[in-house]
Amino acid sequence: MSQQTKKGHFPWKHIIGFLISIALTLVAFATALWTDWSSTTIFIIILIFAVIQAALQLVMFMHMTEGEDGGLISGNTLFGFFIAIVIIVGTYWLMTSGHMHMGMSM
Amino acid sequence: MDLKWNEFIITGDPLILGAQISILLGGIAVVAALTYFKKWSWLWKEWLTSVDHKKLGIMYILSALLMLFRGGIDGLMIRTQLAKPGMEFLDPQHYNEVFSTHGVIMILFMAMPFLIGLINYIVPLQIGARDVAFPYLNNLSFWTFFVGMALFNISFIIGGSPDAGWTGYTPLATNEFSPGPGQNYYLLAIQIAGIGTLMTGINFFVTILKMRTKGMTLMKMSMFTWTSLITMLIIIFAFPVLTVALAMQTFDRLFGSVLFTLQGDGNPMLWVNLFWVWGHPEVYIVILPAFGIFSEIISTFARKQLFAYKAMVVSIVTISVLSFLVWVHHFFTMGNSAEANSFFSITTMAISIPTGVKIFNWLFTMYRGRITFTTPMLWSLAFIPNFVIGGVTGVMLAMAAADYQYHNTYFLVSHFHYVLISGTVFACFAGLIYWYPKMFGHKLNEKIGKWAFWIFVIGFNVCFFPQYFLGLDGMPRRISTYLPEDGWTGLNMISTIGAFMMGLAFLIFVYNIYYSWRYSPREKTGDAWGLGRNLEWATTSSIPPHYNFAVLPEVTGLDPYWDMKEKGLDQQKNTDYKPIHMPSNSSTPAIMSALMGMAAFGLVFQWYWVGIVGAVGIFITMIVRSFDYNDGYYVSVEEIKETEAKANK
Ligand code: HEM
Ligand SMILES: [Cu+2]
Repeated sequence: MSQQTKKGHFPWKHIIGFLISIALTLVAFATALWTDWSSTTIFIIILIFAVIQAALQLVMFMHMTEGEDGGLISGNTLFGFFIAIVIIVGTYWLMTSGHMHMGMSM
Repeated sequence: MDLKWNEFIITGDPLILGAQISILLGGIAVVAALTYFKKWSWLWKEWLTSVDHKKLGIMYILSALLMLFRGGIDGLMIRTQLAKPGMEFLDPQHYNEVFSTHGVIMILFMAMPFLIGLINYIVPLQIGARDVAFPYLNNLSFWTFFVGMALFNISFIIGGSPDAGWTGYTPLATNEFSPGPGQNYYLLAIQIAGIGTLMTGINFFVTILKMRTKGMTLMKMSMFTWTSLITMLIIIFAFPVLTVALAMQTFDRLFGSVLFTLQGDGNPMLWVNLFWVWGHPEVYIVILPAFGIFSEIISTFARKQLFAYKAMVVSIVTISVLSFLVWVHHFFTMGNSAEANSFFSITTMAISIPTGVKIFNWLFTMYRGRITFTTPMLWSLAFIPNFVIGGVTGVMLAMAAADYQYHNTYFLVSHFHYVLISGTVFACFAGLIYWYPKMFGHKLNEKIGKWAFWIFVIGFNVCFFPQYFLGLDGMPRRISTYLPEDGWTGLNMISTIGAFMMGLAFLIFVYNIYYSWRYSPREKTGDAWGLGRNLEWATTSSIPPHYNFAVLPEVTGLDPYWDMKEKGLDQQKNTDYKPIHMPSNSSTPAIMSALMGMAAFGLVFQWYWVGIVGAVGIFITMIVRSFDYNDGYYVSVEEIKETEAKANK
């Protein structure tokens, strides 16, 4: 795959990435503007699209998976992502359940 | 902060006065000696500005030994106060300060730099590299650590020490309950040292991944290198959490935010949570390199390859993930939901499985090996049963329901001392003795070393084993005294005796350094024990030349140096020298870190102008650095020939 762009062929990867990015942005935009879903739902949808788009950019434009360190960089990024989720979800869970949440205005 | 002069410099306590006088005299003596022997420029040029990983390693270890001494004194003061009921050696306030500084110093300023020092010295050699990936950063890491350490240590003579425990729990640590500069010292000193640790993490992670010599694939790395790699990975992901948490508490204390306070929307438990999100990975940061050290020593002195190398690698990689999934076991009793406690109870028990696997690896490595009982091997052998005791009691603590009984008692205190001392501290001693000839060109005396070993290990058990029973008998941690009716007197007395035995053993250990420097025979080859298996032993001289390897070794399998010896290959025979590119020394890290210290000192006392001047200074040194185009120098072939010839004599 990566050979294509390197050898000066038509940059399919960039074009596809660009189109998908635009599509994702438009859909997110449409959800916010033209639906009457609750703001929480809209927020979640936008968030999901944002994450997909960030991943897309890393892979399609920033060539994260390519080169001799591609696997390593991707692995580390995924690991970092995993740890971040664990910390955030875990903390939120703990701070909003049990006796802890009493006296908290969350 | 409006402090009167006599509040700024702590007065009125005979113990602190004694410390102040001895620090003053010691400082004057060092300055006088350096001036008299005209060593200032040598010290600055050869050591303080050095980017050589070997010299930085030695400086880390020396600082760590100093901190082991300071933290040890703290420990002995705690044990003296608790020896009998109603002791009046330390008043409660002073007692709180002593156990708080003891914990911080032992974990952050002793265990961490000791291990990082050993990693600094050994890992680049083991992977057949000439230095680390970012030598400049390495020096900066050392200096930020050193400045953080210095800042923390002056607290007890200037302004007062932190007294909210090494965990700095809010709300106790908020301005309301801990006024004064003490807790600010805690926050800022750890912040600065933590930045250094994070840089070390990145530096060595990249070094190990990118700078291995030809042929050394990941699965051919030594176990110490593997554990270091995983440690660095954990550092990279855990330390930012500490940085953020410390910054948040700093904001609360200095700028009146209400993140962890009882007022407003603050939530003190959030601090506890964030502290342990970092804190549990941290305990693995200090134990994994220790596992690596024991693996090296055991396979060297059993003359066998490490048993089930792959299982070992898998288990440490598993630990790196699991270590982020267990933090709640430190606050089961804080009122979490039953689901949360159960979840973290199970993950905690799960992490003891990969830990347990390794015990079997070491046992099977020794099985049918021809074992030589050197001092480093003795420390490694003693580690196994003692660590098992610590681990088993850890699993007891991991059961959330049972932990309601054990939590905050001496049972817990005993657990973590069993894992930290018999794991980390034994490993530091073992590693230092094992690699001592690499660092200083001669071994430590074995006979004196064995005395220190036996006294320490026996003293350690005498000190901490009774504490399990004190804990089961209900003695809480962090109390400054108790009553005769409590019935804890006998065991406490025994425990104190054990503590002083460890103190004695430490003195013998230090004496051994002096004795061996005077009398030990100097090593003539790079392979001081004659049994070396990894590349650190493949150097021409006992202390490697500053470029480590004249010609970079090539690796074909595990235990590469052992392999070369078996095949009769001589690394030194290869004299196809080429000029070697080496990094230049730099003086900006020391200056930058000193300015960080100044800025932090200003913040501790809320003298903002000092803080601002320091911060501006930091930016200026950064700008100066970014215009520094020096990209190292070449060691000429003639110089290599000369050095190698001298070493081969
Ligand atoms: C076999 C694996 C281990 C298990 C299952 C385990 C479990 C636990 C649990 C449940 C606690 C909290 C108890 C309480 O506060 O009531 C604890 C505390 C602690 N553990 Fe471990 N542990 C293990 C290994 C280690 C290791 C390897 C180290 C470090 C080298 C370590 C260091 C500590 C420290 C420092 C504390 C207490 C910190 C404090 O409250 O001040 N543990 N352990
Ligand atoms: Cu833990």
